[in-house]
Amino acid sequence: MMIRKRMREGFSRWIKALFFRKKAVKIGIYGPPNAGKTTLANRIIHTFVDENEDVGVSTEVPHETRRVVRRGEVQIDLAANSLQNPTSNPNAKRNKAKLKLDVVDTPGLATKIDFRDFMAYGMDEEDAKRRAKEATEGVIEAIKWLDDIDGVLLLMDSTEDPYTQTNVVIIGNMEARRIPVIIAANKMDLPDSAPQRIKNAFPQHHVIPISALKGDNMELLYGEMAKTFK
Amino acid sequence: MEIEMCLISKDKMESMASTEKLRFVLDGVKSGNIVVLEGGLTAEEQMKLIELTMIEVSDDFPGIEISGYPSKRGGFFNIRRKTRLTVVGPAQKMKTIKKGKDLISTIISSS
Repeated sequence: MMIRKRMREGFSRWIKALFFRKKAVKIGIYGPPNAGKTTLANRIIHTFVDENEDVGVSTEVPHETRRVVRRGEVQIDLAANSLQNPTSNPNAKRNKAKLKLDVVDTPGLATKIDFRDFMAYGMDEEDAKRRAKEATEGVIEAIKWLDDIDGVLLLMDSTEDPYTQTNVVIIGNMEARRIPVIIAANKMDLPDSAPQRIKNAFPQHHVIPISALKGDNMELLYGEMAKTFK
Repeated sequence: MEIEMCLISKDKMESMASTEKLRFVLDGVKSGNIVVLEGGLTAEEQMKLIELTMIEVSDDFPGIEISGYPSKRGGFFNIRRKTRLTVVGPAQKMKTIKKGKDLISTIISSS
C-alpha cells in the first residue's frame, strides 16, 4: 500500500516536472551606482553556481557596470547548499528555501552622469567621456529591462541617505507595475551603516541588512527571495 | 547670474499628454531653469524623464536633479497613486541637500 502510494507520488512529481516545470524568475538587481549590485550578483553565483564565475567586475569607480548582464538558471537551494554564514545563529532552524532564477545585474540608475566625475578617478578626458556615454546607455538599458523582470532586488548603500529620488522612483514603478520588491540594505559591515534608516524610509517593504562583500545575512536574504519571488 | 524658476500649475500639467509634459519639463531644465510642478510627476513619468534625460546627456548638460514628495495612495481600492509636487533642475545648478516625506531642501547655484 505504502509502496503504491510512493510510486503514485513519484509519478505525479515526474509529470509535474515534465509538463508544469516552473520557469526561472528573472530577478533584477537595481539600485544607485556603487551600492554593490555586481558584488551581490557575484556572491549569488559564487554560492550557487561556481565560485570561480563572475557576473562582472566591481570597483570603487561609479558605473563600472554599463551593460545589463543576465546569468540564467541559478538554482537557490538552501537545503542542498552548505551555505557558510558566519553571522547566522547555529541554533536557528535550517532554511530549506528553493528558487530558480535568472540573475539580472543592471547598471546603476542615476539622473546625472558627468564625465568630469570620472576624471577625478584618474581617467583622461577621452576615457571619461567614453565611460559617461556608455553609462548613459547603461541607465537606459536598465530602465528598459524593467518591462521584462519578475521581481526586483533593490540594493541600497546603508551608509548613505536612502531617501533619494532614484530609490523612490524605482519603488514607485515597481508598486505601479505590481512587481515584488525586496530591499537589501548593503554594506552592513561598515561602521556608518544604518539599515534602520532604510526601514524607516520604506516601511511598506521588506528590508534585509546584508553585506554582499562579506556574506553577512545572505541566508536571510535568500530565504526572503524564495518567499517573495516564488 | 539670475536663475529662472518656473512654477507650473496642475491645470497646465493636466492639459498635456505624458510625452508632451516630459518634453516641456526637460526643455525648461536644459534652458537652465528650475521647474516646479504642482501635482508632480508619477513614478512612471519620472522614470521616463530619467530615460529621456540620459538620451540627451552631453558635455554641457550632465543631467537633472529631481526631487518630489512621495505619492499618496488614493482612489478606488487604493490603486491610483496621487502625486504631489516635483522639482526638477539642471544637475550642475541644483543639489538636493535634504529630502523627507514632506520637506525638500535644495541648494540652487548659478554655476
